Amino acid sequence: MPENQQKLIHTFGALAELGHEVSQKNNFQEMIRTSLHLLLGALGIMRGGVARYSRFGHELNMLAVRGLGDEFPLSLTICNEDERQFLTNGTVPIEIAQAKVLPFFQIYDRSFAAKKLELLVPLVIRDEIVGVVLLGEKANGEPYSSYDRDIICAMTRHIGVGIAQRNLMAELERRAEENRRLYDDLRMTYKDTVKAFATAIDCKDKYTEGHSVRVGKYSEIIAAELGWDDEQVEGAAVAGYLHDVGKLTVESSIINSPHRINAKETAALNKHPVIGYEILLPIHHPYADVPLAAKYHHERLDGRGYPDELCDRDIPYIAKIVCLADSFDAMTTDRPYKRRRPANEVIEDLQYNAGRQFAPELVTAFCRAMLKEITLETKQKKFRRLLGREYLEADGIVPLLKNALNGMNGTSSLTLVSLD
Amino acid sequence: MNTNYKVSVETSGETAIVYASDYLNKLSGERIERECRRQIDAGCRTIVVNFGETEIVNSIGVSILLGVIDAASGAGARVVFSDVNEDTIELFEMLGLTNHVAIQG
Ligand SMILES: [Fe+2]
Repeated sequence: MPENQQKLIHTFGALAELGHEVSQKNNFQEMIRTSLHLLLGALGIMRGGVARYSRFGHELNMLAVRGLGDEFPLSLTICNEDERQFLTNGTVPIEIAQAKVLPFFQIYDRSFAAKKLELLVPLVIRDEIVGVVLLGEKANGEPYSSYDRDIICAMTRHIGVGIAQRNLMAELERRAEENRRLYDDLRMTYKDTVKAFATAIDCKDKYTEGHSVRVGKYSEIIAAELGWDDEQVEGAAVAGYLHDVGKLTVESSIINSPHRINAKETAALNKHPVIGYEILLPIHHPYADVPLAAKYHHERLDGRGYPDELCDRDIPYIAKIVCLADSFDAMTTDRPYKRRRPANEVIEDLQYNAGRQFAPELVTAFCRAMLKEITLETKQKKFRRLLGREYLEADGIVPLLKNALNGMNGTSSLTLVSLD
Repeated sequence: MNTNYKVSVETSGETAIVYASDYLNKLSGERIERECRRQIDAGCRTIVVNFGETEIVNSIGVSILLGVIDAASGAGARVVFSDVNEDTIELFEMLGLTNHVAIQG
């Protein structure tokens, strides 16, 4: 085979393999190592290295080296002047011996001379330096020909593209991660704000300390028992936390009155759902229906609630959840002129009012969640923490809950026509 | 990369015969170079690279062989290429590898 022809086949084989290697989504380190082998082997070059440029540190960090020994620096610093020159030069080999005017070559002169490095190729992709390739002497002892330089240009450009691609991917991953963190931060901020609001609401009412927070937790239990996804469950909790936000504008004397309030005071108090809705409506919530939960949490399935006397099918589902959670908490905590009712009475009340005040399937879900916890079917201790163990595990609760579950089966005559 | 690949090597006195096989042409061929370095470090004075099972040598293969040559020359050891086919000899001549090694038929 004529020598020239064989040379062509050998170098173009290397070029083709390099193109293939760079376009594959292989391990980056392996890609760079393979590329360096291909470049050195294509022209019979004894030694060399590939470095990646870090703009922040003005450093060239060696990614792969061949035959440069242990003493060769793994990181080379370049100054602005070097950078400018490399940029103007582009991806064309620079004769190291002829470039001594640049600070870079003065600083590393000894390292380059010790390893007989002859060429430095800046890897410039889209007007940006992404790295350099260093090349030592050829095995045949001859100087680099113009043919060699053309091959070097073509191959190093491929390596430059490989590094640029990697940089781009890293940047994309970094931004995606940053975005995710920002989103998490926003959600955390929102949750903290919601909790702060809930605490503010509860401070106003000295008799029902912690009410909003508990309603949030009960709403969460119901939503989880219904099999909602994590985000929806969180939304239900938020709706519970904020349901009484309208009370912030009601006179403290009315809210904290130790006596039964009169008709005028009752009218003022009963405005809190609508006021809450108006407060919450302009806020952008990550969960839908938070304002509606506030507005309709005092509606009843039988239409005897307020503010709009809505019937079952017209009441937003989230408001039904919060309504049940709210009433349950009212019955199970001490009030100014009423001690909390025993657990069995409360369950009987829920059962009696399923289809009247509460959506039966929600009462079912709530009782089921409670039964699961008492019978240790779940390891969660949510009810226990909210109500106290003694209260929750009073005699006869389990059969009562089972009976309630059998008796309701999730529907009633009222809800048959009104499922959302 | 084939992680199960093991370099074939035979030693006798201060000579080690390393079989290039087909792996020479892949990144896994770096193991051949490492094995040669190990032999040199262990006192071997002659490294024989056998090409009996190597049909062609690509650029990766050439680069790895240059690594072997570099390691040997640094330690004052000799490199011999044996069982090399004609086309490959021509390639080694063209790229200057034959300046550094002896070729054995
Ligand atoms: Fe309320």
